[in-house]
Amino acid sequence: MSADVELDRVTIRFGHFTAVKTASLKIAGGEFFSLLGPSGCGKTTLLRTISGFLHPSEGSVRIGGEDMRRIEPNKRPTALIFQNLALFPLMTVAENIGYGLRVRGVGRAERKRRAEELLGLVALPDQGHKLVSELSGGQKQRVAIARALAVEPKVLLLDEPLSALDLKLRQHMRTELRAIQKRVGITFIYITHDQGEALTMSDRIAVMNHGVIEQVGTGREIYAHPRTPFVAAFVGENNGLPGQIAKVDAASAAIDTPFGTLVGRRGEGAAPGRAGTIFIRPESLRIAAAGETPSLEAELVTTAYEGSATHLFLRADDGRTITMTASNRDLAAVPAPGARIALVHDAAEAIVLATDAERPPA
Amino acid sequence: MSNPVTAAVLFAAPILVAVLFWLLGWRERRVAGDAAAPSFVERNGRLVATYLFVAVAFWALFMIVWPLLYMVDYSFHRKLPPSRRGGPDDVYTLENYWYFVYGSTRVFTSYNWVHINAFWQTIAVSVVVTVANFALCYPLAYYMAQVARPGRLRVLLLLLIVPYWVNEILRAFAFMVLFGTGGTINKILLALGLISAPIDFIGQNVALYAGLTYAYLLLMVFPLYNAIESLDHNQIEAARDLGAPWWHIHLFVVMPFAKPGIASGCTLVFMLSAGALAAPLVLGGPKTLWFTPIVYDRFYQAFNWQQGSAYAIILLLTCVVFVMLMMRLFKVSLSEITR
Ligand SMILES: Nc1ncnc2c1ncn2[C@@H]1O[C@H](COP(=O)(O)OP(=O)(O)OP(=O)(O)O)[C@@H](O)[C@H]1O
Ligand SMILES: [Mg+2]
Repeated sequence: MSADVELDRVTIRFGHFTAVKTASLKIAGGEFFSLLGPSGCGKTTLLRTISGFLHPSEGSVRIGGEDMRRIEPNKRPTALIFQNLALFPLMTVAENIGYGLRVRGVGRAERKRRAEELLGLVALPDQGHKLVSELSGGQKQRVAIARALAVEPKVLLLDEPLSALDLKLRQHMRTELRAIQKRVGITFIYITHDQGEALTMSDRIAVMNHGVIEQVGTGREIYAHPRTPFVAAFVGENNGLPGQIAKVDAASAAIDTPFGTLVGRRGEGAAPGRAGTIFIRPESLRIAAAGETPSLEAELVTTAYEGSATHLFLRADDGRTITMTASNRDLAAVPAPGARIALVHDAAEAIVLATDAERPPA
Repeated sequence: MSNPVTAAVLFAAPILVAVLFWLLGWRERRVAGDAAAPSFVERNGRLVATYLFVAVAFWALFMIVWPLLYMVDYSFHRKLPPSRRGGPDDVYTLENYWYFVYGSTRVFTSYNWVHINAFWQTIAVSVVVTVANFALCYPLAYYMAQVARPGRLRVLLLLLIVPYWVNEILRAFAFMVLFGTGGTINKILLALGLISAPIDFIGQNVALYAGLTYAYLLLMVFPLYNAIESLDHNQIEAARDLGAPWWHIHLFVVMPFAKPGIASGCTLVFMLSAGALAAPLVLGGPKTLWFTPIVYDRFYQAFNWQQGSAYAIILLLTCVVFVMLMMRLFKVSLSEITR
C-alpha cells in the first residue's frame, strides 16, 4: 500500500550549479513528510528526482527498497501534484481523474465509478461532469489530489499545492489533506516554504537551505532543538543575538554578546572561544520583575495586539529589532511606545549555536 | 453583365455577404457572452473605427468578394463572340459545368474522364500532401515548442525560414535538379550501390509530392508551433507521471490541445496544394494531370473564361466543402482556428 523512500547521498547538478548537495533521507512508509525551505533551495528539484523527471548526478533513490535508477516517471509508484496543478483543461473533472486509469486500460464504466469514489474522498461529490475551468481554486486542488490518488500510488508527492489559495482556504485544506492522508494511508512528501504549514501537518520535517538538508526531525524537535543557525532562524520567530561563546558545561552555554553575557542551552558546536549566536524565542522573553537582573534592555517601538497574545517590537541599542510575545494573561499592562524595557529570558528555552562551525551533517 | 438583374445581384451580393458575416459575429458574441469586452468602436475611437471598417470592407469587397462573384456569374454564361453578348443567346446556362462532367455541352453520353480524374487526383494528392506535411511538421513543431532550448530554437527557425527567401519557381526547379534522373539523389543512390538504374522520381510524381510538401511546410509548422507552445509543459509531465506512454500523451493531451492549430495548418496546406500551379507545372511528370493547369488552360489556351470560371469554382467549392466536413468530423469550430 505505502512505501518508504530512501535518498542516498543524492547530488543534483545543473551544469556547474549544484542544486542539491549530498542529500540523504529515510522516509518511512505512511509518513507525512515535509520538505521545508526558502524559495530556490532545491525542494522542487529533489521532488522531481523522486518522481523520476530528473536523475541524480550522484547517489541513488530507492522506493520500497527498489533502486529507481532506470525507472521512468510513468513506471514509478509515485504520483506528483504540481505546483500549478497541471489539470487537463479540455477534460471534465471525471476524465481528469480517470486519465491514469485510462492509460492503464481500465474501461469507461469502471473509470466513472472510481472517479465518483475519489470525488467522495476529496469531498467533491457529483462534480464529475464539470469542466476544470468551472471549479474554484480549492476545488481544483481536490481534483488534482483525486487524479493523483486514482492511480493508487505508494507515494504522493505534493509541490506547494496550497500556495495559490487564500489563507482561509489554505488552513482548511491543510486539515483536509492530513485527513485524506490518514484515510488512504500512503506516504506523503509535501513541499512547502511555509513553516506553519510544515509544523501543523507533518510527522517529520526536513529543513533545506541552499541545496543542503540541514536538519530532519519532528516539528517539535526542529522548533525546540534547532541544530543550525539557519534552522533556528527559519523555523518560527527567533531573536538571534551574535557574540562569542564564553563558557560551556554539559547542558548550558554562556555567550558574550553586546548585551552582556547570556545563558542558554548548549547547542550544536558550542565550545568556548567560538563565534556563536544565542537564539531566544519571542515567547520565552518576558518583562523583568522589580529587582530581577534583566538579560537585556531595549526601547519599545510598537505593539501588535493579536487576541490571545500581544507582540512587542523593540529596538536594542545596536539597532537590532527584538520581538517579544506575551500572553495577554501575563501582561498586566502594555507599556507605552518609547519606554525603555528590561527583559529576562528563560535560559532553558534559549539555545546557543556555533556560527563558525562546519555545517553538521543532517 | 449587361443584364440589369445580373448587375443588381453583383452589387447587392457583397453587401449581403458583409451583413451576413456581421450577423454571424453578432450571434456568436451573444452565444459566447463576450459582453464585457469593449466594442470595436470603443476600442479604436469613432474616426479610426470608421476608417478601418471602410478600408477593410472596401478591400474585402472589391479585391475578394466582387471578383469572385464575377467569376460565379461568368461560369453560368456561354462563351460568345462580343457581337452576340447580351443578345438572345446570352442566357444563364449550366453548360460549363456539364462540360466538366461530360466533356461536351450537348452530348451527355460519355464522361469527361480526363478532367474528372485530374480533379479527384488533385484532391486526393492534396490530402496526402497535407497528411505528409502534418506528419513531418508535428514532431518538429513539438520539438521547437516544448523541448528546444532558446538558442537551438533560433537556429531551427532560421533554417526553416531562410530557404523561403528563394522564390517558388526557383525552388521548384531546384527540386527538379535534386530529383531528376541525373539528379543529386539518383547519383547518391547509384554511388552507394543501392540502385542499379536511376529512378524516375519525376515520372512517379515523387518530386511533385516532395515539392508540394516542402512548399507549404511553414504554413503547417507555425500554426502547430503556436498551438503547442501555449501548452503548459507540466501537463505533459503530469500525463507521464500518471503512467502515460509517449504516444498516449501526444494523442490525448497534446493533439487535442493543439487541435485549432492543427486544423488551421491542415486547412492552409490543403487549400494551397489543391490550388498550386507552379509546382505541378514544373515538377509534374509527363503523365501527370493536375487540375490547376487544366483551369489555367481553360482561361489562356481555350480562351474560354466562362468555362475556366466554372472549373475554378468547382475546385473552390469542393475544397471548402471538404474542409468544412473535416472540421465537423474533428469538432473544430471556425472561430477556433482563427485564434
Ligand atoms: N532546469 C534547471 N536548470 C538550471 N537550474 C535549475 C533548473 N531547475 C532548477 N534550477 C535551479 O536550482 C535551484 C533550486 O530550484 P528549485 O526549483 O528546486 O527551488 P525550490 O526550492 O522549489 O523553490 P520554490 O520554493 O521557489 O519553488 C534554483 O536556484 C534554480 O535556479
Ligand atoms: Mg518549487
